Amino acid sequence: MQKVVAVTGNEAVANALRQANPDVCAAYPITPATDMMQRFASFVSNGEVDTELILVESEHSSMSACIGASAAGGRVITATSSQGLALMWEMLHIASGDNLPIIMPVVNRALSAPLNIHGDHSDAMGARDTGWIQLWSEDAQEAYDNTIQAFRIGEHLALRLPVMINLDGFIISHSIERMEYLEDKAVEDFIGEFKVVNALLDLDKPKSYGPLILPDLYIEYKRLQHEIMSRVKGVVLDVAEDFEKLSGRKYGLFESYRLEDAEVGLVIMSSAAGTAKDVVDSLRVKGIKAGLLKPRLFRPFPYGEMAASLQNLKAVAVMDRADSFGGYGPVFMEVSSALYGSSKRPALINKIYGLGGRDFLPAHAEETFLELVDIAKGGGIKTIKEYIGVRQ
Amino acid sequence: MKKWHELVPGAVILEGGSAVRFKTGSWRAFKPLWIKENCIQCLFCWMYCPDMSVTVQDGKMTGFDYDYCKGCGICALECPGKKGNKAIIMEEEGK
Ligand code: SF4
Ligand code: SF4
Repeated sequence: MQKVVAVTGNEAVANALRQANPDVCAAYPITPATDMMQRFASFVSNGEVDTELILVESEHSSMSACIGASAAGGRVITATSSQGLALMWEMLHIASGDNLPIIMPVVNRALSAPLNIHGDHSDAMGARDTGWIQLWSEDAQEAYDNTIQAFRIGEHLALRLPVMINLDGFIISHSIERMEYLEDKAVEDFIGEFKVVNALLDLDKPKSYGPLILPDLYIEYKRLQHEIMSRVKGVVLDVAEDFEKLSGRKYGLFESYRLEDAEVGLVIMSSAAGTAKDVVDSLRVKGIKAGLLKPRLFRPFPYGEMAASLQNLKAVAVMDRADSFGGYGPVFMEVSSALYGSSKRPALINKIYGLGGRDFLPAHAEETFLELVDIAKGGGIKTIKEYIGVRQ
Repeated sequence: MKKWHELVPGAVILEGGSAVRFKTGSWRAFKPLWIKENCIQCLFCWMYCPDMSVTVQDGKMTGFDYDYCKGCGICALECPGKKGNKAIIMEEEGK
């Protein structure tokens, strides 16, 4: 039984966190994630969760408190956005380096300067090398579903890794959508009891976290960290399979939309993928073989699987809602790395769109598809990296 | 030396007190020397030493544990000594 509701993305994710009933939450407010933690705080006040809520003085402190609580042996959550994530930086590496399964929704927002509170992916894309698993969500439903699955993934005994669940600031976090809630008991059973590993609070067996590791062993520990990350894909797929049995909703490493026989395609993440799917449908009616690939698991990146899904297309545009100044967009860099090893591969272009919350319109997707059609016909690539919708 | 797949994930140290095997004395550039006749047994040195390297027996300062003393000089700085004469002085290693 699922309950149909009309809620914002923040409300949906706050409810997933309530259903997971964490032991500790340490959070500091930042737009647009504030309202998610505000809702969670009211669950704590109303006695709907058993969580110890720690109010801290910054995001650096919130992640530090989460690390302490997680090493102590608890199920731990927080949430953040933008500058907040940036301020957590050094602690993000410590959470993953210590193998602590902290669960953190990131309501994606642009980074300063200039100051902007609206949605883009600059925050989490910058954090891609912090050793956290990254799941990305198209809508409130997927953000809710990803949050529930994140507990099973991060807390898996073969992983014990922190997970970021990404959802677009305002577009998803603050818009009301129709979605379905799972029953509390069903989520509780699905996630299961938190299993304590190497708890600092086990005083009979003292332990140390974060020791000094010098050149004679550091690279071995990093090699081990990579190994643990390489197990993530399998766990994500297993958890998705169980989740489908529970919810009827199917998830993978990424979503392929009308891609099987496509000649031109977009690789596009999060909320803008919904807009682009509509355009795929309308182009199909016009006889253009358009398709779309929506990444869900960005760290670790499913290189082989993605290459297999894209190699037969003629031309592909990789859409980035974040930029690397003087470089290509972050998703483009991964997709082109994935395809380099394929004997067959499409022509590849990169579009930067939607920075600082600029709307991504159907016309932008259509324009890009028509450029791809031209490239597919042999028209050649004019510019590899271009900005969409920039006034010029 | 352990291979990468033999390590504990998260670099967690699964035993207490293992720092005892990590002898930090080799870091020392200056070495504290105890001048017994100037010592008033105030134990300031024992209290201030960040590495628990001042040895004490039956409530009396007896010298230094050079396996762990890093030579920071805090004990020498804090030592009041007798009538202005320090009971701890720092001497360059290898002298
Ligand atoms: S020099 Fe520093 S480490 Fe050595 S005994 Fe004195 S206070 Fe302790
Ligand atoms: S601080 Fe100086 S006087 Fe006091 S116990 Fe240590 S050596 Fe002796």
